[in-house]
Amino acid sequence: MTEAHPVASYFLKRALKKGAKLIVVDPRNQPLATRADLFAQIKVGSDIAFLNGLMNVLITEDLYDKKFVEENCEDFEALKSKVLEYSPEKAAEISGVPIELIKEIAHTLASIKPAMACYTLGITEHTCGKNNVMSVANLQMLLGNMGLESAGVNPLRGQNNVQGACDMAALPNVYPGYQAVTSKESKEKFAKAWGNPNLSEKVGLTIPDMMAGLVTKKVRGFYIFGENLANSEPNIAHVEKELASAEFLVCNEIFPTETTRFAHVVFPSTAWGEDDGTFTNSERRVNRVRKIKEAPGMAKPDWWIFKEIAKRMGYDWESNSAQEIWDNEVSVLAPAYGGIKYSRIEKDGLQWPCPTVDHPGTKFLHKEGKFSRGKGLFKAIDWTPPAEVADNEYPLMLSTGRRLFHYHTRTQTSRVGLDQILSEETADISFADAEHLGIENGEYVMVSSRRGSVKVKARVTEQIPPGLVWMAFHFREGNANWLTNNVFDPETKTAEYKACAVKIEKVK
Amino acid sequence: MTKTVFIDGKKIEYEGNKTLLEIARENNIYIPSLCYHPKLGPASMCRVCVVEVEGMRGLQPSCATIPAEGAKVLTNTERVIEARKTVVNLLLSNGNHNCLSCEVNGDCELQDAAYHLGIEIPAFLIEQPEERDESGVFILRDPGKCIKCGRCIEGCNRLVVNEVLDFGYRGGEIKVICDNDIPMGESTCVQCGECVQLCPVGALIDKKAIGKARTWETHTVRTTCPYCGVGCQLELHMKEDQIVRVTGVEDAQPNQGHLCVKGRYGYDFIYSGDRLTTPLIKENGVFREASWNEALDLVAGKFKQIIQESGPDTLAGVSCARSSNEDSYNMQKLFRGVFGTNNIDHCART
Repeated sequence: MTEAHPVASYFLKRALKKGAKLIVVDPRNQPLATRADLFAQIKVGSDIAFLNGLMNVLITEDLYDKKFVEENCEDFEALKSKVLEYSPEKAAEISGVPIELIKEIAHTLASIKPAMACYTLGITEHTCGKNNVMSVANLQMLLGNMGLESAGVNPLRGQNNVQGACDMAALPNVYPGYQAVTSKESKEKFAKAWGNPNLSEKVGLTIPDMMAGLVTKKVRGFYIFGENLANSEPNIAHVEKELASAEFLVCNEIFPTETTRFAHVVFPSTAWGEDDGTFTNSERRVNRVRKIKEAPGMAKPDWWIFKEIAKRMGYDWESNSAQEIWDNEVSVLAPAYGGIKYSRIEKDGLQWPCPTVDHPGTKFLHKEGKFSRGKGLFKAIDWTPPAEVADNEYPLMLSTGRRLFHYHTRTQTSRVGLDQILSEETADISFADAEHLGIENGEYVMVSSRRGSVKVKARVTEQIPPGLVWMAFHFREGNANWLTNNVFDPETKTAEYKACAVKIEKVK
Repeated sequence: MTKTVFIDGKKIEYEGNKTLLEIARENNIYIPSLCYHPKLGPASMCRVCVVEVEGMRGLQPSCATIPAEGAKVLTNTERVIEARKTVVNLLLSNGNHNCLSCEVNGDCELQDAAYHLGIEIPAFLIEQPEERDESGVFILRDPGKCIKCGRCIEGCNRLVVNEVLDFGYRGGEIKVICDNDIPMGESTCVQCGECVQLCPVGALIDKKAIGKARTWETHTVRTTCPYCGVGCQLELHMKEDQIVRVTGVEDAQPNQGHLCVKGRYGYDFIYSGDRLTTPLIKENGVFREASWNEALDLVAGKFKQIIQESGPDTLAGVSCARSSNEDSYNMQKLFRGVFGTNNIDHCART
C-alpha cells in the first residue's frame, strides 16, 4: 500500500498511531509489515489455505459472529465442513505461516470489530483469483465485518478510473450500472436510448479471448483505447505474436507505445488535463477532472473520436461534451448514478449508489448486513496451487507488483523526472539465494522462465524470503512480463501475474 | 452551547472548543502565526501569535489558548506588537530571508507577519545561512529560509507518517534534518512533498516550480489525480496553460490535502514533445500522417466491411482505465449500440 496507494497508506499509518491493530499477510516483508502487530509471511499462492485455516480456528473455537451469520448469511454448513478440512497444521504446512501465528491472527480478528480487509492484485492475479476474493468475503462474513463503516472487503483499485471503466460497462457482460446484457429488460432500455433495436444479448469476449481471437481470426478488427497491452500483459513474446497477427488494429493514444507499433490506424487523444470529465475512485466516489489546456496538434477527446466513428456508421449521437454524456445519458440510464450530476460534484465527489438528486451518496455498502443478493452466501472453497510451481529446472517463484516511483508501463512516468529516482528494473531476491547463487547486490543477472529471459540487476533485500523473486513491469527492458505466465482464472480471466517458476543465473 | 469571547472589545459568539486563533480567523481578525497549521493543530513554537488575555499572566499563544467564558482578549497592544516584532526580527536575522527571487514571495507567512508589523529591514545582524540541499529530485531545501517552526517535521511524522524529518542538534545549532542528517536525496525520503505544502516560508520548494511564475500570477484549478485509484483531489497552480505546481486540496475528500510523489510531481507528461498530434495511417509498414476525416472514414469503412463479411462479433475493443467515465461510456456505446457486439472489455481483470 505504501508503494501502490501511498496516500491511503498515510491514513492507515495514522490509525496505527492512534492504536489500531494491523495484520499484514504478504510474501514480502514490505514496509507495512514492519509496522504490523502481526505479520504472516505467506507463501505465494497459498491464500485460500491460510484463510481457511483462520476460519477453521474461528469455527472450532467458536469465535465467529454467530448472530451475523445466522441472520444475514446462508450456506454456513457448507463453509464449515470445508474449512474443517483445513486444520491450522494443514494451513501452516501449505502457507508457511506458523500454526501459532495462524491461531493468534484468528484470535485477534475475533477480538476486534470492525476490521477492514484490504487487498489489491495479490489476491486477484491468480488462477484462483475469484476463489481468493470469495475466501476473503467468507472470512469477513464469518466475523460479521460487513455492512459497517471501516469494515468489509476492500479491493484498492490500481488505476485512477478502473472503477469507472467497470461502472461504465467496459465489460463484456453488462450495460452501464451493471445491468446484464442477457436481460431482456435492460436490452430494451438501452435499445431505445441508443436507437438501435439490434443489441446483442450474447455476453462478449474478455481480453485474453480477444487476443487469442486475433490469431484464430475470430477477431478481425481490434480497437485498443489507451492500453499498452504489449508491455502490460503476461508473456510479452506471446502477446506480441497475437498483436502482430491482427488483421486491423486501431489505437487511441497520447504517446507512441510498444502497442501502437502494431496498429494500422492511430488516433491522437487528449490527455489528462485536456478535457473535462469524471473519474470514479476506489470508494465509488465520482470526482471531476477538468480541462486546463488545449490538446497538442490535432489531438481530440476520446468520446469525440467514438462519436465520429458512430456518425460514419449511421448514428448521430446528441451528447457533445463530457458533461452532456454524463448528465443526459449515464446518470439517466444507470440508476446507481441517477442523483449524480456535474452540478453536484463541483467540489467533493459523490459515492454511488446515489439514486436521486437529493441522495447524499453511500459511504459503505451492505448496511445492516443487507447484501445486494439478499443473504450473504458462503462458498466452500478449496485451495489450489498456482498453475506453475518451482521445480528442479526453475527452482524459484516469481511474483510481481508495482513500485512507488513509477506507474505501470511508464507511458506517463518516464516523462516527468521519476527516472532520476528509479532508472531501471531490478530482480529483488533474498540474501540466502544471493549467497547460494554467488550474486552481489547490483550485479546483472539473467532471470528466465519457460516463456522468456530478461537481463536485470539483482537487488538483494531483507524484504524477500528465500525462494522468491519479485519484479515489476515498469521498464520494457527487464519487464517481468517477459517471464509471467499467461494462464488465467477460468471465470474472471485474470492472469496469474503473481506466481510463476523462474531461475536466476549469473551473467557471464 | 454558545460561548462568548471579547476580542479587541468586539463581542464574538462561537460554538464548541476552539482556540483564540481559530476564533479570530473565523471572524477575520488577523493574528500572524507561523508554526500553526490547521491540519497540525497548536504547536506553540514560534510565539508570533501571542495576545493579551485579561487576568492571565504574560502573553498567551493564541494558537494554543482556549478562552474561558467571556474572556477579554487584546490582539494589538503595544506589548503584543513589541513581542511579535522581536520574534519576527530574530527570525529574519537568522538566515537568508531575501524575498526578491523567492518562489513563495507573495504567499509567505513570514513575509505577511513582517508586513503586518512594518518591518522593512531586520533589526539584528543577519547570520550566514547554511547551504541549500539540492539532492532531492523534486524538493529543494533551503535551510537559510527555515524558521524552525516544525510544521514539516510534524507533517512528515504525524500526517503522512514517513518519519524522515526531525530536528537535529541543540540550541542555536538546531536545524531540520533528514534521517541522521544526510542529504535529502540520499535519505529515506519518498518525495511526497507534504513538507513543501506545509512550509510557511520558502525553505522547502518544489524544484519544478522554480522560475515558472510569481505566486500572484497563478490561478488554481481543482481536479482529480491521474494515477492510482485513491482519487486524490489536486489543486493545480496554473500560469496560463502551464502547471506551475501541484498541491493537495486541503479539507477535500478523500485525501484531505495529502499527495504522493506521482500525484504532486508526475504531471508534466502532458507537455511532452513526444505526444501524438495527428492521426496516423500505416502504409507499407510505415506510419504516415493523415487528416481526421481520412482516418475516421478508413476506420469506419473497415469496421463496416468486417461486420458485413463476418458479423459484429468479429470486432473487439479494450477500453481505458486511465481515461474518463465519459470516454469509456462512449466506447462501449459504439461497440454495443453501433457495431452490435458486447466484445468490449478493459484491464480491470488484470
